[in-house]
Amino acid sequence: MDKYNYTIVSNELVAAKTYRLVLAGPQVDGEFVNIQIPGYYLRRPISICDQADGRITLYYKTVGEGTTVLAAMQAGQQLNLLTGLGRGYSSAACRQEALLAAGGLGAAPLYLLAKKLKAQGKKVTAVLGFNKADEVVLTEEFRALCDGFALATLDGSAGVKGFVTDAIATLKPSYDFFYTCGPMVMMRAVCGALEGPGEASLEERMGCGAGFCYCCSIKTTAGTKRVCKDGPVFKKEEIIW
Amino acid sequence: MVDLSVNLCGINLKNPVVPASGTFGFGLELADSFDLNVLGGISLKGTTQEPRYGNPTPRVAECPGGMINSVGLQNPGIDALVGQKVPALRKVYDGCVIANISGFSVDEYRHCCSKANDCDGIDIVEVNISCPNVHNGGMAFGTSPQAAAEVTKAVKEVCTAKPVFIKLSPNVTDIVAIARACEDAGADGLTLVNTFLGMRIDIKQRKPVIANTMGGYSGRAVFPIALRMVYQVAHACKIPVMGCGGVASAADVIEMMMAGATAVQVGAENLRNPFACPEIIAALPAKLTELGIESIKDIISIV
Repeated sequence: MDKYNYTIVSNELVAAKTYRLVLAGPQVDGEFVNIQIPGYYLRRPISICDQADGRITLYYKTVGEGTTVLAAMQAGQQLNLLTGLGRGYSSAACRQEALLAAGGLGAAPLYLLAKKLKAQGKKVTAVLGFNKADEVVLTEEFRALCDGFALATLDGSAGVKGFVTDAIATLKPSYDFFYTCGPMVMMRAVCGALEGPGEASLEERMGCGAGFCYCCSIKTTAGTKRVCKDGPVFKKEEIIW
Repeated sequence: MVDLSVNLCGINLKNPVVPASGTFGFGLELADSFDLNVLGGISLKGTTQEPRYGNPTPRVAECPGGMINSVGLQNPGIDALVGQKVPALRKVYDGCVIANISGFSVDEYRHCCSKANDCDGIDIVEVNISCPNVHNGGMAFGTSPQAAAEVTKAVKEVCTAKPVFIKLSPNVTDIVAIARACEDAGADGLTLVNTFLGMRIDIKQRKPVIANTMGGYSGRAVFPIALRMVYQVAHACKIPVMGCGGVASAADVIEMMMAGATAVQVGAENLRNPFACPEIIAALPAKLTELGIESIKDIISIV
């Protein structure tokens, strides 16, 4: 774990209540960063979507007061980040063909994973689901990177109408390992519908984000685990829905 | 050269800064982030007789100037503490190790403190008396002078080789009365204060933010209240005090010591800044020099 000040390069509204935050600073390890928001006590954990050339890209939604303050911050301002946090997806678990199933902003960490899998020479199919068209993000990025792609919205206002699982059933992609990130109900449906091994990224309200306060402990089939440190990514069979 | 060392019941601490129980795991969790040996001491996560999963999540809530937690004493049990956690920490840390013991009955305190007493790696036993007594309608031991004295006396009988610090709850009408009762029952020192019972409600969902409804409020906002209690207790008792509550800077450490603390615990601040303790320790010499203080011991109880 490290602590650095990053400079905001851009912080733009890119979809309904959804912001893309680009920061300049050291490259990071781990699955998420923990951001100190001025005026708020606890940090806000946000998954890493992309990083290259001294910049890291994050997506977040304005869901509460903290993220609303973050959304008002401008290019040039500084943010203090804890980095090197979380155990991410095991890209090595996929032999040749990966299926990525994203719900909402779950697409963000799966984009970083897609880049890793492609760099390892693997075939990647991505299926992104959103509630409606105005929430859709990252489709062009996934389309450019992946071998297969599908978009679903619940109301049919973009892509095919229905759940991520519906789009996967239609696409029938070939895969030997799947990765999912999104709301719990969506990931439960994905893990229930998909055959074979896979991993899902869980969300829990965190204290420290670094594994020492035990605020985000959950029960798994492999015992008590800290979402921030032992996860947030867990094997499908470890998760107790 | 400023002297940061303090003496706690005969144990030399290289500086007075100690991460508080529950905000620093079992120490080893932070060993990869900075050299633990800069710390004066480490108070380990609260430990009970049997392993505990703790409370359901969410266990934490944001508050102005602080946070509420209700982890519910998740811990691997006293046998794992003395058999695994402390020996593992001792491989990388040579400072003062404080075991924090919790219990839901006098027998449980006695059992755990006896094991801590026999563990070579532990220097001080800190007893958290904010737990509910299951044999007395769930009233916390720390809320009555009689119950606090009963636990102190029982623990002192088995904890013969190590100083016993009783960690006091601030959720009482007269903390001085509890402190005096512990001192009279044989406590070697006192740690104060534990967290303040608090609550938040999610007004959209119309339900408590914390799954367990209530939890312990801590953070910068409680500093003046904790300081006042340390001042009152340190002036009423002869045994040393570890001050705790809202400490977040070198200036806070100095203020807490001037109020009467011999050592100072840093709690919630570790959660927002895991590097808080090493940063505070690094800032102390310059702050003391600025104030014309050559030895930090000299300011204990100076006000």
